[in-house]
Amino acid sequence: MFDLAQAAVEGALAAGAEYADARVVVAKNQSIVVLNQEPQSIDQTERAGVGVRALAGSSWGFYATSDLNPLAARRAGEKSAAIARASSTVPGPVMPLAAVPVVDDSYQTPHDEDPFAVPISDKVDMLVEVTATMQSVAGIALAGSNLSFWDTDKWFVSSQGHRIHQHLVESGGGFDATAVGESETQRRSYPQSFGQYETGGYEAVRRWDFPGNAGRIAEEAAALLRAPEIEEGEKALILEGSQLALQIHESVGHAIELDRILGWEAAFAGTSHLELEKLSKHRYGSSLMNITADATLPGALGTFGYDDEGTAAQCVDIVREGIWVGVLSGRDSASIAGLSPGGMVRADGYNRLPMVRMTNVGLLPGDSSLEGLIADTKDGVYMATNRSWSIDDRRLNFQFGCEIAWEIKNGRLGRMVKNPTYTGITPQFWAQLDKLAGGDEWVHWGTPNCGKGQPMQVAHTGHSAAPGRFARVRVGVRA
Amino acid sequence: MNRTIEIAGRVLDHVGERAEAEVLVTGGESALTRFANSFIHQNVADEGYEVSLRVAVDGRVNAAGTTSLERLEDFVDDTIGIATLQRVDENWPGVAEPTDVVDPHHFDEATAAATPAERARLVADFVAAAPELVAAGYCATMGHDVAFVNTDGHRAFGRYTRATIDGIHQAGEALGSVAAAGSGHATSQRLGDLDGAAVGALAADRARRGLDAFDLEPGEYQVVLAPECVATIAMFLSYYGFNGKHYAEGQSFVELGKKQFDAAIHLFDDAADPRALGVGFDAEGTPRRRVELIKSGVTQGIAHDRRTARKAGVSPTGHGDPGSEVWGPLPSHVFLEEGATSVDEMIASVDRGLYVVTFNYCRVLDPKQLDVTGLTRNGTFMIENGKITGAVTNLRFTQSFVTALGQGRVQAIGNDARFADSEFGPGMMHVPSLHLEKWNFTGGAAG
Repeated sequence: MFDLAQAAVEGALAAGAEYADARVVVAKNQSIVVLNQEPQSIDQTERAGVGVRALAGSSWGFYATSDLNPLAARRAGEKSAAIARASSTVPGPVMPLAAVPVVDDSYQTPHDEDPFAVPISDKVDMLVEVTATMQSVAGIALAGSNLSFWDTDKWFVSSQGHRIHQHLVESGGGFDATAVGESETQRRSYPQSFGQYETGGYEAVRRWDFPGNAGRIAEEAAALLRAPEIEEGEKALILEGSQLALQIHESVGHAIELDRILGWEAAFAGTSHLELEKLSKHRYGSSLMNITADATLPGALGTFGYDDEGTAAQCVDIVREGIWVGVLSGRDSASIAGLSPGGMVRADGYNRLPMVRMTNVGLLPGDSSLEGLIADTKDGVYMATNRSWSIDDRRLNFQFGCEIAWEIKNGRLGRMVKNPTYTGITPQFWAQLDKLAGGDEWVHWGTPNCGKGQPMQVAHTGHSAAPGRFARVRVGVRA
Repeated sequence: MNRTIEIAGRVLDHVGERAEAEVLVTGGESALTRFANSFIHQNVADEGYEVSLRVAVDGRVNAAGTTSLERLEDFVDDTIGIATLQRVDENWPGVAEPTDVVDPHHFDEATAAATPAERARLVADFVAAAPELVAAGYCATMGHDVAFVNTDGHRAFGRYTRATIDGIHQAGEALGSVAAAGSGHATSQRLGDLDGAAVGALAADRARRGLDAFDLEPGEYQVVLAPECVATIAMFLSYYGFNGKHYAEGQSFVELGKKQFDAAIHLFDDAADPRALGVGFDAEGTPRRRVELIKSGVTQGIAHDRRTARKAGVSPTGHGDPGSEVWGPLPSHVFLEEGATSVDEMIASVDRGLYVVTFNYCRVLDPKQLDVTGLTRNGTFMIENGKITGAVTNLRFTQSFVTALGQGRVQAIGNDARFADSEFGPGMMHVPSLHLEKWNFTGGAAG
């Protein structure tokens, strides 16, 4: 496979590229979906091909083909260079490329149990059992469960001499119970909304004990139909870990993407409220806020050996004691900003251009606990598990809905309330962070559906978080 | 013989008598030229074939896909082998019987063969429409062939093309004022239909008018919504409501035969409409039928694939697209019939309200009510006494899309229907502007 990638790079150079790299990718995905004890979908896909990136002047040219033979690969390289040159009709400043070590290396995701070796029938049986348990709870109309696995081989070659093979394994899934009322639906999910995904093998699924949690989740969904609506107001808000993880993803992770800050994503994903000249000065949140982008965390979904332009995985400080100190970057964007490339450029398959993506952007834990947060709260609300998420194109104005919440009065959890929402503005919200649970409750939550780019790309990202409390937040927004 | 037909035939031949099978093969080239900071920075294309195979062995169903044509035989053997180990799928509807499929000919040779230079010329026109502003966006072209075969002898083939120019102009810093952005969009079967200069000029005009925006107190306001906003509304109605799976599960707002909307609303799905994009059949080989979704305000129909149709005891409508077994059959060739009112006339009839260019990042709070939160973007303007009097900073709304189009709520329908970009992408919703009685804005720049 290295030879195919090499042929593609040579084709691009021969056609005039100043720099070129190529990835041969063979990506397998298995997905199983069960609804009400019936398999809805059992699907295996394999997408294989070579993608070539050529730099000419101010633009990247990229061409991909699913035809895996040396002639087709070389032709793809030639086309990538021709496409890059065509960009000169609308030229800009020359795109620089920061230097990185040239490596010849390989990387494999550590895993115990090959998820593709576990019989599909065993997986289906487990998912059916989980939905049967949920359906046994009165009021549950829809009981869904799912598993997904990815096995990806990538061979990367650059015109500077990189030769890197990676074998990445990702596993996960989840389940949800939906109660349908006269004019509403109420849903509960486990381990989080859309499921929990990690790098690793089938052990990542077993660890979460789907069957042992199905009954509780279904009971909560049914109870939500009878629960009162959350009251509108301004309160102390405690977020369960997976919701805090999504809050990090949306209001920090995307805002620190250097391509957004530089305006490269302005028309679609958007820009950022962050300005480069305020790096190391801008206060992002309270002094409890310590965020890293760490692509080396064992088991986290955004962990790998090298990114898709051959830069080694690394841990970068993003927010230190509330001050913004770092960005997510690649070789081109880092060079423009005068920073070191962060190894954060990845592509969604062989046929997409690599771009800046989150790795594992997480909030370091504090020294309390969920129990401690609740006990220390006089008047507040505890929200768990995301149901809706929306944030503006500069990553400032957000509104999240959660599946479930409980009132907190005088240090104790009170009644369950439904349709919990909260809203805020990013820096003001993070300034309210006043207490964090500790390392025992710190989880590497995985987001398997992060969309960005045109054509659209979906990335797998990680967000470590423990439960946290925000002192005063507007809750209970409704239509 | 077209390559997609040949590949589909090879797959079906190798299945032989071992299973019921349906094969979908898509092939061609997609290309996208992307620009930001007023220059092209990413310019991409890809070619290839994707094969989807669904088999049923004595009611035991399995589906698979591949791009690896050199291993098709192994792919077929593995797919059948896994199927034999599955449970019997009691709801397997079987494969489609042979039926005539009319090719709507939504294909343009020149668009399929479009070069990077042609796309770059459209980008240049967009950027040149306002050289003092900062432009970003893309021009995309695609040409795909689609072949379907199944073991019942059903065959279908079609070709389609699509071209889009979409972008924003950003004003502000260079003009020494508060930053603002305005957008423009056009999609067609033919690249030759697109006018980069006109789309760029509209985006630039909106950006310039957006300067010095002020913060408006949230609350209920009359709105005039440009086609991009209406496309997102239509998409959410389609996905969450007129979706045969969601309907069967009780998660849809749809009550067939009930007057749930304003009498002025006529919404239908029709892949055969001369303006539509795509081929005339779905991934199950079913011819795409016209479905009246809302007529004279009355909810009339929903989209079905073979599975949801079987459960409902009706005929499939040709909405069995890849993934529909999980997400449900989704109307994606949707037309909202246009009216006779111009946008200027709509604005002239508003005493106090807002003109909104696009919605952004819309998400559903509850599908049954279709309560949605989202933001305005790329142009939000105050209307007072029939005139636009200034720009407003982006607002957050929390609004039921069903209620917003309810009886008596639609003041006027625009005469400007076109393909508009929606929350889920371009080329699926052909809609005009709308003047609505009220819209619930729940937050502004201050939260």
